[in-house]
Amino acid sequence: MSKTTEQVRKSLAKRYRAEKMFKAYGIAAIGFGLLALVLLFTDIIGKGHSAFFESYVQMEITFDRDTLDIMDINDDEELNFANYDGLIRDALRAKFPGIEGRQEKRELYGLVSTGAGYELRDMLMEDRKLLGKTVTLWLLADDDVDVFVKAGSDDRLESRLSENQKTWIETFEAEGKLELQWNKSLFTHGDSREPELAGIWGAVMGSLFTMIVTLLLSFPIGVAAAIYLEEFAPKNKFTDFIEVNINNLAAVPSIIFGLLGLAVIIGLFGMPRSVPLVGGVVLTLMTLPTIIISSRAAIKAVPPSIRQAAMGLGASNMQVVLHHVLPLALPGMLTGAIIGMAQALGETAPLLMIGMVAFIVDVPGGPLDPSTVLPVQIYLWADSPEQSFVALTSAAIMVLLTFLIAMNTLAVFLRKRLERRW
Amino acid sequence: MSVNGARIMDTAQKIDDKTPRNETPASQSEGEQAMDNTTRYPDQTVGNPFVDNAKMRMRDVDVFYGEKQAIHGVSLDIGKNEVVALIGPSGCGKSTFLRCLNRMNDTIDICQVKGNLHLEDQDLYDPKLDVVELRARVGMVFQKPNPFPKSIYDNVAYGPRIHGLANKKYDLDEIVETSLQKAGLWNEVKDRLHSPGTGLSGGQQQRLCIARTIAVSPEVVLMDEPCSALDPIATAKIEELIAELSESYTIAIVTHSMQQAARVSNRTAYFHLGRLVEMNDTETVFTKPEHDLTEAYITGRFG
Ligand SMILES: Nc1ncnc2c1ncn2[C@@H]1O[C@H](COP(=O)(O)OP(=O)(O)O)[C@@H](O)[C@H]1O
Ligand SMILES: [Mg+2]
Repeated sequence: MSKTTEQVRKSLAKRYRAEKMFKAYGIAAIGFGLLALVLLFTDIIGKGHSAFFESYVQMEITFDRDTLDIMDINDDEELNFANYDGLIRDALRAKFPGIEGRQEKRELYGLVSTGAGYELRDMLMEDRKLLGKTVTLWLLADDDVDVFVKAGSDDRLESRLSENQKTWIETFEAEGKLELQWNKSLFTHGDSREPELAGIWGAVMGSLFTMIVTLLLSFPIGVAAAIYLEEFAPKNKFTDFIEVNINNLAAVPSIIFGLLGLAVIIGLFGMPRSVPLVGGVVLTLMTLPTIIISSRAAIKAVPPSIRQAAMGLGASNMQVVLHHVLPLALPGMLTGAIIGMAQALGETAPLLMIGMVAFIVDVPGGPLDPSTVLPVQIYLWADSPEQSFVALTSAAIMVLLTFLIAMNTLAVFLRKRLERRW
Repeated sequence: MSVNGARIMDTAQKIDDKTPRNETPASQSEGEQAMDNTTRYPDQTVGNPFVDNAKMRMRDVDVFYGEKQAIHGVSLDIGKNEVVALIGPSGCGKSTFLRCLNRMNDTIDICQVKGNLHLEDQDLYDPKLDVVELRARVGMVFQKPNPFPKSIYDNVAYGPRIHGLANKKYDLDEIVETSLQKAGLWNEVKDRLHSPGTGLSGGQQQRLCIARTIAVSPEVVLMDEPCSALDPIATAKIEELIAELSESYTIAIVTHSMQQAARVSNRTAYFHLGRLVEMNDTETVFTKPEHDLTEAYITGRFG
């Protein structure tokens, strides 16, 4: 055996050991990341899944003209302000007769959500022949009832409900007149002080309008800037300066953009607060660098041979860009834009500055209606004292994560699908 | 020849105020030193760079990349329907010179071209001339096959489309077919005109690029080492093709292979360190080279 072979063999064991160590480190790092992810998801799903269902109680409701205090059934105004809560109270008293004290009555009435009355109103407005009739209905229970119902038998002992209320609820349960039903309000309502009525739809629509504004502004501006800088701008000190500053812009803390939005867009241009339009403009400032940088990378990745081929045939600069560079760079640009939009979707700080943190009940109908966005809604709910909001917060996080994962999947899909090889 | 006389003075002057030689890149100065012992630095083209019925006429062409001069006072003619081969060691400026002929050098920011270049009566560097028009008349085939990532049909149709050469689908189909036929590719691809051009073999891709170039009916076709990325069989096909094309087009071809130059060209220009050393009939260049440098190159003493 030659001396070299001997030496090589000796060092070989050491090399293998080093390689194994390195692999072990890598696996440990990935394992740690996965563990964190699993913990996050189990926690969020564990807390949040129950919010997708809420408690309903079944009762006999009589649309009694006197209780409602309606003269003319065809008068919308009157119908609107009729005493629907009275109907529910009557029904509750009928079910549990012999309740006398004020305190006890209040406890009894507290079993049903304050929102249940609105549902009765909607029913009556829909079908006015119901007046005077008795129907069996599922009514939304109060959030405290909901918490009690969903709790395990041990946790039930710690409930804030009074002993009376617990007995009543157990009566409902025993009769099979208490049910968990799909939480419609979560996906149809805006925010509310009552957890059982609160929904994320207002925030989802707010996020949607904000994202539309952001996309409409940042994608064309970003792509145009990238194309100009890559294809047309002369290479000089000034364009270098611009380039450096675009990269700097990407590193500016997002709350600064919020302050800028507050000072310039709201302060100087007098746009209203809390609206998706302003939020979209602010997020555009934040997203632009991402889009410009990724678009430039996509343009740079277009092989020069393609450009040469086109120019050799007599295509003008503009034709080279439109016919060849842009189609080849578009998947990369779209990917960058989607990733930028995903960042923007999860952004909270700058939107707090421009007032999108306000308590807004109505679902926005357009980019000029006051609204909030998903991450801000999560922030608001996480800050609320009622116990039910804990589950709602996690449910909202699940919805936000679903959107983010969907967007990232779309980005990966687009890259895979549209990318051309040459 | 008065033109020639003026040029000699001009070049001599240029050598005087040239930047010191040790500033040239290593690859160049090596060859330069090797030559200095045996041969005088070429300051004049030997042979016959000029012809009577010139299609393109270049006089005193200097090309600079920033401060660095890559072409020194080159003058030559390319005759009508003639195949001119440009040969010489790597980095001697063949591609640079070729790119002057359709102003592809415009795309390199630091590149500056001086001198008189004419395509028939048209001054190539006339500020009023649009390169779009020039490049439609002087087409180019590149070293690496570079079809667009589009269908075969769209590759060939691209030039006619942007120049508006065909108004009807029928006309365009006709152009595509004849171009592919001239490029000897029609039979191989006629059944899959709408499959991607990038799916063809290297040799087929290069013929597709040639078809794409001739689809706009240029007068001159420039080829920069069109076979260097191809295998010998594909190369043979391209060479055959060049011979056929020379009947209807004027061709300037840069090549690394002296056999190729010998096979396809009528006249050959030998470049050395940015200067045109010798230009003559191909046969003369390869059998009785007039200049020592040419002889050294074709006998393989450097390259
Ligand atoms: N884009 C460029 N920028 C700067 N220098 C260049 C560029 N292209 C070519 N050169 C220089 O010009 C000289 C001639 O190059 P080229 O024309 O490519 O030679 P050839 O094609 O004969 O191998 C070389 O010294 C090369 O370094
Ligand atoms: Mg070259």
